[in-house]
Amino acid sequence: MTLTAETPRPSVTAAAGRARRPRLLPRVAPYLQAAPLTVTLLLFLLVPILTIVAVSFWDYDSVRIYPDFVLTNYTELLASPVTWKTYLNTLKYAALTWAITLGIGFTVAYFLAFHVRSTTWQMVLFLVCTIPFWTSNIIRMISWIPFLGRNGLLNSGLISAGIIDQPLEFLLFSDFSVVLAFVHLYALFMVVPIFNSMMRIDRALIEAARDGGANAAQTLWNVILPLTKPGIAIGSIFVVTLVMGDFITVRLMSGGQSASIGLMIANEISLLQYPAAAANAVVLLAVVLIMVVAMLRIVDIRKEL
Amino acid sequence: MTDTRTPSKSAMPSTGVSRRTLLKGTAAVAGAAVGSGAITGFPTIWAQNIKNVTLRQFGTGVSNLNAVADKVKEDLGFTLQMTALDSDAVTQRAVTQPKSYDIADIEYWICKKVFPAGVMQPMDVKKIKNFDKIVPIFITGKMTPGSAIAQGTAPHTVGFVEGKDSTKFAKSATQWMTLIPTIYNADTLGIRPDLVGRPISSWKDLLDPAFKGKASLLNIPSIGIMDAAMVCEAMGEIKYGDKGNMTKEEIDKTLKIMTDAKKAGQFRAFWKTFDESVNLMSSGEVIIQSMWSPAVAAVRAKGIQCVYQPLKEGYRAWGGGLGIAKHLSGLELEAAYEYINWYLSGWVGAYLNRQGYYSAVLDTAKQHMSPEEWAFWMEGQPAKADILSPEGKVMEKAGAVRDGGSFQDRMGRVACWNAVMDEDRYMVRKWNEFIAA
Repeated sequence: MTLTAETPRPSVTAAAGRARRPRLLPRVAPYLQAAPLTVTLLLFLLVPILTIVAVSFWDYDSVRIYPDFVLTNYTELLASPVTWKTYLNTLKYAALTWAITLGIGFTVAYFLAFHVRSTTWQMVLFLVCTIPFWTSNIIRMISWIPFLGRNGLLNSGLISAGIIDQPLEFLLFSDFSVVLAFVHLYALFMVVPIFNSMMRIDRALIEAARDGGANAAQTLWNVILPLTKPGIAIGSIFVVTLVMGDFITVRLMSGGQSASIGLMIANEISLLQYPAAAANAVVLLAVVLIMVVAMLRIVDIRKEL
Repeated sequence: MTDTRTPSKSAMPSTGVSRRTLLKGTAAVAGAAVGSGAITGFPTIWAQNIKNVTLRQFGTGVSNLNAVADKVKEDLGFTLQMTALDSDAVTQRAVTQPKSYDIADIEYWICKKVFPAGVMQPMDVKKIKNFDKIVPIFITGKMTPGSAIAQGTAPHTVGFVEGKDSTKFAKSATQWMTLIPTIYNADTLGIRPDLVGRPISSWKDLLDPAFKGKASLLNIPSIGIMDAAMVCEAMGEIKYGDKGNMTKEEIDKTLKIMTDAKKAGQFRAFWKTFDESVNLMSSGEVIIQSMWSPAVAAVRAKGIQCVYQPLKEGYRAWGGGLGIAKHLSGLELEAAYEYINWYLSGWVGAYLNRQGYYSAVLDTAKQHMSPEEWAFWMEGQPAKADILSPEGKVMEKAGAVRDGGSFQDRMGRVACWNAVMDEDRYMVRKWNEFIAA
């Protein structure tokens, strides 16, 4: 290309080539531009997923896995009441965490977007929200344990304040502590997209609503909420997928007493039952995809992007 | 105490230092290798290039200690890289990434899974100098010729294979050993005597309703099921043919009892790592749980009362050993043998004994311990002086007696060994149901 361009006397063929090339290049260029991402996705997403799907049909014993085509992994998985119970439990965590983070996320974002007037303060407060992310997930989680424990800060505080006589047992190693940790870990994933959506709302619309006689609640319900939906959808996808796949939070905060799908898979992997884990992962992937598709059906996320 | 201790501790480093200096000095002069071998008794035929050797060892946290790696560098001159993982991760790595290690420090019950995968090579016992002195539990399964063989995956059943390239376990001792036993112990329940408020004497106390919401169990299925079995048998609910190789009905019954207890709120938590068990106990969340002896020591080190309680039904034992990866050959294989011989030569044995574990060759370990230490750790006698940890911290005050008494009392009362069952896959599924219940 460069060579032909620099040829001092363009011959007829070269001129024809030059004429043809500009037409060819625009057609190829987008593909070339997309190629690195496509290759990366193929290599690091599609191939592993296909491998997992393939392995999920293999047979195994306590030592090895055998290339085969058996359905036992799926039948064992789906026929077991434990699987259903675990899915129900995981969905319960996801639903609770989703509802609470949505409440917190919406409130915080609303405060940031509509109550804080100066952009500087908005940014400062927004950054304050990210401070917890300066330490690792696990540390933030573990720090709840001494706080909530039987002889923990909260219980001893309540006892010495005379509010309770017996330590509250449900605070730690319970569903309560699991959901609490989830909310703590993932609330920001709700705040950010909702805040982003709210910032894009034309302030004139709110003025118009007020001029039209709407009170604050009506404005919130009929103007702000519909316009924030894409942000809510994105935040929900984050929170739900994170909770569905999590295993370490559930294990640490429930004291190993509760199960989640992620934990089930982690257990299977640690016991070298890769095919069973793969089958479980495939089912989990399907469930999460269905949930995401359902969310995208409700909200047209393209508007946001 | 420090006085009696110093000679035993300083004796070794001084030889080590001179040997090390010698190795350094003669690194260029190959001939001096013979001389260095004469000093400590290790045949060092390759001293000139030994420094280039690096052996990668991995295993559970109990025995993968940096102190050992440092001492290897000092005594043998080559580098030993240690990676400590949990039991499950060890199994996984041993089987799936055999090229990622040279020496596997694995437990015998894991060996039952790992060795048939063909990732390890059997060791020639002729090259193991102290082979004859290894505690007979690992060779015949018996403490003394008359004692009974405990249930479960007893180490001697997976200790030997039939031939050099075989992956089939031999019924009795052969020339080819799978693992060189390094460390073992008898496990029992740990309790907080200040909080349980009564003497604990049986495994069944774990499910005593008095400790509702304050008990814990180990959540590593192969080990946890054995503790559960000890409890159920002590309750008189189940009589097992072999706790280490249960039938499906036995598994179902055992986990039914445990599930009912869980649903009734007996357990506070299930732990998977050493640290978790220490934290549960020291925070008072749990007052009785299955526990490992160093974890009990770790709780006590925080100034909190904790007892490693001997129980009338006996102990659940475990053992670990060093195995050599299949790919090892030539100089590195020689270094591995050298290392294993060194391991059994006493220094590590004394180190492990001082932590409350037991070493495979007792005679050599004894030479590296003071008579007072030996009497306390191995003979169950009251300490004549303060007992120090290998790092030199005071572990027990003078007059203290070791939990469970002497070596004979403890290892002689092993009821079962950690095991892999024939119905392993079924058991794990049922165990997961129990955890999810």
